[in-house]
Amino acid sequence: MPTTRRLLATVAAGVLTVSLAACATSERGGGTQAGATGGTMVFGAAGAPKNFDPIFNDDGESFRPIRQMYDTLVTYKPGTTDLAPGLATEWSSSPDGKQWTFTIRQGVKFHDGTPLDAAAVCTNFDRWANTTSEAAQSNMIYYADVFEGFRNSGGIYQSCQANGDKATVSLSKYKGAFPAAFGLTSLSISSPAALQQYDADNVTQSGDSFSYPAYATDHPTGTGAFRFESYDRTANTITLVRNDEYWGEKAKLDKLVFKIIPDENARKQELTAGTIDGYDYPSPADYNALKQAGQQVLIRQPFNVLYMGINTKNNPALKDIRVRQALAYAIDRQALVQTKLPEGAEVATQFMPKTVAGYADDVQQYPYDPQKAKDLLAQAGASNLTLNFYYPTEVTRPYMPNPTDLFQLISENLKQVGITVNAVPRPWNGGFKDDVQTAGKQDLHLLGWTGDYNDAGNFIGTFFGREKPEFGPEDPAMYAQINAADAEPDPAKHAAAYEQANRDLMAKYLPAVPISSSPPAIVVSGAIQGLVPSPLTDERFNTVSKTQS
Amino acid sequence: MLRFIVRRLIQVVPTLLLLSVLLFAWLRSLPGGPAAALLGDKATPEKIAQLNTVLGLDQPIPVQYFRFLGRAVTGDFGNSLVTGEPVTTEIARALPATIELSIAALLLAVVLGIPLGYVAARYRGRPLDTTTVIATLVGVAVPVFFLGYLLKQFFAVDLGWFPPSGRQAVDIDATHVTGFAVLDGLLTREFDASWDALVHLVLPAVALATIPLAVIVRITRASVLDVMGSDFVRTANSKGLAPRTVRERHVLRNALLPVSTTIGLQTGLLLAGAVLTEKVFVWGGLGTLLAQAIERRDYPRLQAVVLLGALVYVIVNLLVDLSYAIIDPRVRVR
Amino acid sequence: MTSLLERRRRRVDELAEASGRSLTADAFLRLRRNPVAIVGAVIVALFVLVSILAPWIAPHDAATAFPELQRTLRPDSIPGAQPGFPLGSDQNGRDFFSRMILASRQTLLVGVLATLIGLVFGVLIGALAGAFGGWVDTVLMRVTDVLLSIPSLLLAISIAALAARPSQTTVIIAVALVSVPIFARLLRGSMLAQRESDHVLAATSLGVPRRAIVLRHMLPNAMGPVIVQATLTLATSILDAAALSFLGLGDGDPARAEWGLMLANAQAYLDVRPALAFWPAIAIILVALGFTLLGEALREALDPKGRR
Repeated sequence: MPTTRRLLATVAAGVLTVSLAACATSERGGGTQAGATGGTMVFGAAGAPKNFDPIFNDDGESFRPIRQMYDTLVTYKPGTTDLAPGLATEWSSSPDGKQWTFTIRQGVKFHDGTPLDAAAVCTNFDRWANTTSEAAQSNMIYYADVFEGFRNSGGIYQSCQANGDKATVSLSKYKGAFPAAFGLTSLSISSPAALQQYDADNVTQSGDSFSYPAYATDHPTGTGAFRFESYDRTANTITLVRNDEYWGEKAKLDKLVFKIIPDENARKQELTAGTIDGYDYPSPADYNALKQAGQQVLIRQPFNVLYMGINTKNNPALKDIRVRQALAYAIDRQALVQTKLPEGAEVATQFMPKTVAGYADDVQQYPYDPQKAKDLLAQAGASNLTLNFYYPTEVTRPYMPNPTDLFQLISENLKQVGITVNAVPRPWNGGFKDDVQTAGKQDLHLLGWTGDYNDAGNFIGTFFGREKPEFGPEDPAMYAQINAADAEPDPAKHAAAYEQANRDLMAKYLPAVPISSSPPAIVVSGAIQGLVPSPLTDERFNTVSKTQS
Repeated sequence: MLRFIVRRLIQVVPTLLLLSVLLFAWLRSLPGGPAAALLGDKATPEKIAQLNTVLGLDQPIPVQYFRFLGRAVTGDFGNSLVTGEPVTTEIARALPATIELSIAALLLAVVLGIPLGYVAARYRGRPLDTTTVIATLVGVAVPVFFLGYLLKQFFAVDLGWFPPSGRQAVDIDATHVTGFAVLDGLLTREFDASWDALVHLVLPAVALATIPLAVIVRITRASVLDVMGSDFVRTANSKGLAPRTVRERHVLRNALLPVSTTIGLQTGLLLAGAVLTEKVFVWGGLGTLLAQAIERRDYPRLQAVVLLGALVYVIVNLLVDLSYAIIDPRVRVR
Repeated sequence: MTSLLERRRRRVDELAEASGRSLTADAFLRLRRNPVAIVGAVIVALFVLVSILAPWIAPHDAATAFPELQRTLRPDSIPGAQPGFPLGSDQNGRDFFSRMILASRQTLLVGVLATLIGLVFGVLIGALAGAFGGWVDTVLMRVTDVLLSIPSLLLAISIAALAARPSQTTVIIAVALVSVPIFARLLRGSMLAQRESDHVLAATSLGVPRRAIVLRHMLPNAMGPVIVQATLTLATSILDAAALSFLGLGDGDPARAEWGLMLANAQAYLDVRPALAFWPAIAIILVALGFTLLGEALREALDPKGRR
């Protein structure tokens, strides 16, 4: 480490242009020559990653560096949720949707120099499915969700056969999640040699938490456009360097540094001061100031939904659909979107964003109409309604940048139609999720969901595909309808079934009130080009370049 | 002397034990809990229940406590839920940052505070005195986090004189030896790293120094006034000693004793004040660890930071006491 | 060998020595001549006056959002002053002026309640220890020593963070608990000082029951230093409560208007409308300053050394 800086400067200067050396030694933009390649980009991260093994992670802060170092079989066209070839150049499924055959890209090398082939892909699938340690299993959230368990607990994964450049994955049933779910960052492909060398499966329990093996903490080895260099836990920086062997578009930057800055205001000030080149999820309140300071606020396409959940189990009045409809009419969602949500946010008419197959244009609408809400409440004999409204504190999410303010506006709306609202704030990690999702203590609550991939089941299937403490219309017909839609392998029929499910959800069931979809943004300085914001927050930094000023 | 140290350290044990029991019981009775914090947004209630079983969190609290204690005795306080790292490693890494910041703040407070207090006392009742007294009182009344924000916005963002936050610039790539960034640069002869660390230190140290500065100014002023009115100074004056000699030889020297007491007292309090300052300046110290642990409900980390924080506080106090015994022979007699 | 804890104790004890000299005529005389005291008293008086009259001064309530403000309200632009709304809108389309005024009441409430709770428990513990001495004294003082040996803000943060339901009540309790040991030690010290004093000895020899001596003679005489400490505690309570709000440990009810909470919540809008942070900040600084000035002046007035 002591001489890394100097060494790198020398090497870089020798191999590349002069601008690099200037960048490596000067503090801020001391270089003279303008160039589209090279340089270091420093990106402000909001939190520390859990570790770097894709399969053991499920949060955005861990995924951001992982996405630069790894690839998935199927990936997404930049800036969209559409599928594109990744490590697999082609894929196809059997008519029943149970067998998926991937043609593996030739000539790809892992960062440790070992080649990627069909056998390596199957090693990854087998590694996931054959995990037996409970400690490791409980960290594999996405895998367990998509494959419904492990080999020893009834998962749907059967086998993976490598045959030449083809890898065939066999499942015991079809799910609407496929093939999009093969693009989940958690299912990134690791080097089998590195997995073995660094003892990747050895997750152990330590006290109330887990210890992760060297593979996950210091030796992540994928095929991505950047290689792992170091994670300096004192300076809180993760340093990645360009992978010159990358199979796709090679990275323009020499170095990509993620600097962990947990404080929102500090990230903004560092960007303004020029000590970082960008950060994720700027607060909507700062868009204007950032733009005026010459920063680029890149708005993603919304791929999430915020809803006001209704739990009918505690207050019998809510079992009457007229009461739930009254709640929908009472909320001025247009005003809410306009005053509290960022540029590009939209009122949600149903529980999924427009871009998802299965979105229905002709669902029943609930425009703001307080009089109608009062009438409906009167008809249902529920004019004196008192509701416990749970909302989270100490949190911001892309779908709700400011939960407390959103709650405030909604509760004012509800008060105007004569509903008494008991405000119940709960810290996000300190009880909100428990109270709402496990115990179901609330009558109303604010929550939302960011989509993982383009599939209707990932939205309404997750919410209403089975009985959950969170909601509670307890209508078996609703569960059955959604699950039938999910099991339909024919894409056209799949979408049509989901469209119908959306219509029925909004007209017949109304288990919650969809509020809005809001686009999270990513902000970079004026010197950064080529960053394509992704609705799935799946930004790849290989296309990014930094103008030396 | 040695017996005194040992006795003091032994006294700490029951306090920490009691604290650990209370803390443990309290944390376990709270909603949320490790599983909810460990798993992200996508975790289902089933997944959380499974995790609780894996981690043994569904067992009776006393059982859990003794398991915790058994490990804690061997120095294992568990791993952070957020990073998966041993919390002791995290604390060992964060401690130098907090100490560095506290020392810088204290130095600033002492270097500015004593002369200011002395000058205020000399010109008692004059505008200079009144201004100093009121300024220190205002200093205490400004919420530290707000002051920190103002300093950052003005000196770092608008003027660009100082970096807005953090301990070191990204491109410095310094070697960590002791964890004290300024010292490390000197040790490894990476003087640019030392300078960079020093520059980062200025604003947080100023923010953290306001309260001890105010206290030191007030105590110095009061103490100087006290000594100036005392008999031996009057004797010295009437003996015809030069006023300057009296001031330097007698007044300042004697007035500094209570001031040094106050400085010791402030050292411990700085650790607590650092929580807010560290949050504002994203200073990777104990305060940041604590604030993050609270936000994420990272209970193993919270537990360890509070317990070890208390231990550190006690040890710092002990060290300060010992240094007094060395400085002032009278103390040793008592 | 003295320890820091002992020094911390002594600081409190010195104040306790001032007991017996209640805030009588000559103390007030000194106060009236002290410009610092006058400034402090004026600030505090204004603050109390505003908070009492708040509902009549404030044109609107603290919770209602106004359509005329909401019309131009965006996440990155908050409307400023306009007819009927002298300080413009807050981040939710409510009247910022009214909220500032009404917040004085809540802020005073936080300060007073926190101080009162700290005072009542502290006085209770201190009086028991001081009046009985012996093992009661030993046990109670050991407990306060433990509390005194934890840095105060750290203690408040821990308590507030560990509350199952963060609310204004938990903030008040967290802030109050911090001052309990100080009041306890203060009262105990002054009780002990008086046990040996002439008037108590005289009362005892006249056969006055111990309870009556404690309640009628010792407690009232100990009140001078307690009032001084309480005045200073009011300032720190308000500041500590603001710090807790800043750390996200404050009341989560957005309808509540309280300066510390408003300042903490305005952190997100510092670029949009700094006034949302500046006004509450100035208010807090002024009020904390007012109480501190008054408290320090009182302390000086009671201090025998100040009578030179």
